[in-house]
Amino acid sequence: MLMKELTYADALREALREEMIRDPNVILLGEEIGVFNGVYKVTRGLLDEFGPERVRDTPISEAAIAGAAVGLALAGMRPVAEIMYMDFLPICMDQLSTQAAKMRFMSGGQLRVPMVLRTQYSLGRQHGSQHSQFTPAWFLQAPGLKVALPADPCDAKGLLKASIRDPNPVLFVESGLLYRTKGPVPDEEYVTPLGKAAVKKKGDDVTVVGVSRMVGECLAAAKKLEDKGVSAEVIDVRTIQPLDIETIIESVKRTSRLVIASDEVKRGGVGAEISASITETAFDYLDAPIIRVASPDMPIPFSPPLEQQYMPNAESVIQAVQTLLGK
Amino acid sequence: MLIIRKFEEKVEELFIVKGLLIGPSHLYLGQESIATGAMLALQPNDLTVTTYRGHGHALAKDVPSNLCMAELFGKSTGNCKGLGGSMHIAIYPKTGSIYATAIVGSGIPITAGVGLGLKQKKSKQIAATFFGDGACNTGAFHEGVNLIALWKLPVLLFCENNQYGMSTNVKMAVSSPSIAERARSYGMETMVVNGNDVVAVYAATKAAAERARKDSQPTFLECLTYKMKGHGVYDKGEYRPKEEVAKWLERDPVATFKKRLLDQKIMTKEEVDEVDTATQQEIEDAVKFAMQGSPLPFDEIGNYVYAK
Repeated sequence: MLMKELTYADALREALREEMIRDPNVILLGEEIGVFNGVYKVTRGLLDEFGPERVRDTPISEAAIAGAAVGLALAGMRPVAEIMYMDFLPICMDQLSTQAAKMRFMSGGQLRVPMVLRTQYSLGRQHGSQHSQFTPAWFLQAPGLKVALPADPCDAKGLLKASIRDPNPVLFVESGLLYRTKGPVPDEEYVTPLGKAAVKKKGDDVTVVGVSRMVGECLAAAKKLEDKGVSAEVIDVRTIQPLDIETIIESVKRTSRLVIASDEVKRGGVGAEISASITETAFDYLDAPIIRVASPDMPIPFSPPLEQQYMPNAESVIQAVQTLLGK
Repeated sequence: MLIIRKFEEKVEELFIVKGLLIGPSHLYLGQESIATGAMLALQPNDLTVTTYRGHGHALAKDVPSNLCMAELFGKSTGNCKGLGGSMHIAIYPKTGSIYATAIVGSGIPITAGVGLGLKQKKSKQIAATFFGDGACNTGAFHEGVNLIALWKLPVLLFCENNQYGMSTNVKMAVSSPSIAERARSYGMETMVVNGNDVVAVYAATKAAAERARKDSQPTFLECLTYKMKGHGVYDKGEYRPKEEVAKWLERDPVATFKKRLLDQKIMTKEEVDEVDTATQQEIEDAVKFAMQGSPLPFDEIGNYVYAK
């Protein structure tokens, strides 16, 4: 397969552009996405190519952006709305969790809501308590919604294309810290299915599950652990709704140990959900307690050195694995 | 109008007297002329977004009365297969009744999106949304109305000002002298309509719909009305002054329209009675239909969470 190197942001833009060319019903809306080319330049050039009707700048009205996306979907369009920071999602929580997610069900299957809400979290970019939060677990409590979290450029493109084509509402959470990182992306057309985790590295001693940015940290940790004679299997969940728990179970059956790493506060996060599921379904295979690697249960500090200490990283994954293995 | 009246009277009886229905249910008694006049003036394929006080919107937008009744009974024969219930009874995309929300104000941004979609597709259809006076104090109202005005969307906004948000009088809740004034400040056409007069609602809607269809201009219609009963079916509305209730009952939209038809000799007493009897029969049949159905098997409802 022919590959090219793209940044995470460029890969996202390719997905948007290709889907807009493929389907005239795909339209973008959000704050600063047109004239300003997107706060993080994901939508750069798309206004020039597709015009202001398909790349629509909106006022600062998150509830209306999400609500309009719901209405556009009901009217037969394929909206991709952007909410600039994940911290702003609570402003449109009603539209996402109570409207979009429930419509299919409570209409008895009459309605379809094919919409994507793109957002990003900026932990690690010195944005302070209100512009850095990563809160994907909130949306585990909204059945009817899908939640995708790409960890590299290849999945950024493939998962976004799948999300746009999906007949359900999809919350698409990008990692702001990854926008400028590069990775291989296939030249040819591809779609990454929602609901299928990826085994990023095979291993026998311990299973390390990463969410979003932490997948890269888990891979870095696995490499260092290899030097110490520890073989870690790294899994990227890719989507948490649906959650591909089977892939994790299969891995745990072989390794008997599990670490889950995510940029959330530890309490009630995605790691808690995965941990509970594994305890329920694969308890007999575990040789040690499950460990979650996450942030402390505190708001995010601004001070750059404090933020660095607040964030989980490869080193904290290594420590968790060593604790599990008693090394 | 009559079918809404008889449907709601039957629903009230089924809740209060017979105890056959349970859960929240918000009756449309007293407001019948708004949904009726509006839907008559709209085209059948125009799209409506309404609310939890939606029995009237559903019936006026041609959702079959037997499906509505079965929905209230939670039966699989209901239009939402019993998964929606009273508050989502007006979801029936087949007749353009595309959504009904139970969260106050939330339908307005959704309608902005529907209107935008129609405009973008250069459709001849327009969108209309119905909500109460309570909705105009939510953030969603202001964000949504702004988008609709800003983007000149083919949308009609029907504010059914029935004087109370639950038990709170509109005077205790709205700072501006009128709700229409708020919408006007966003730069859209507004009309204040006698919501108890079906002909007035019809005429206003006709004019507004033409403006939306021809020039893609939205209109805000504040329809002044009164809920004859309390907020929900169990609320007796005892917080309302007796004189106020009596004054509005004199303006009962169904009774006054009936009188008008007779006074102006548009219909004879016999003709009116005939319609009355036929409508009552339709409601009785709807109840029979609803009671014959059964709920979905619990192990099937998971199939309705995601579209395939």
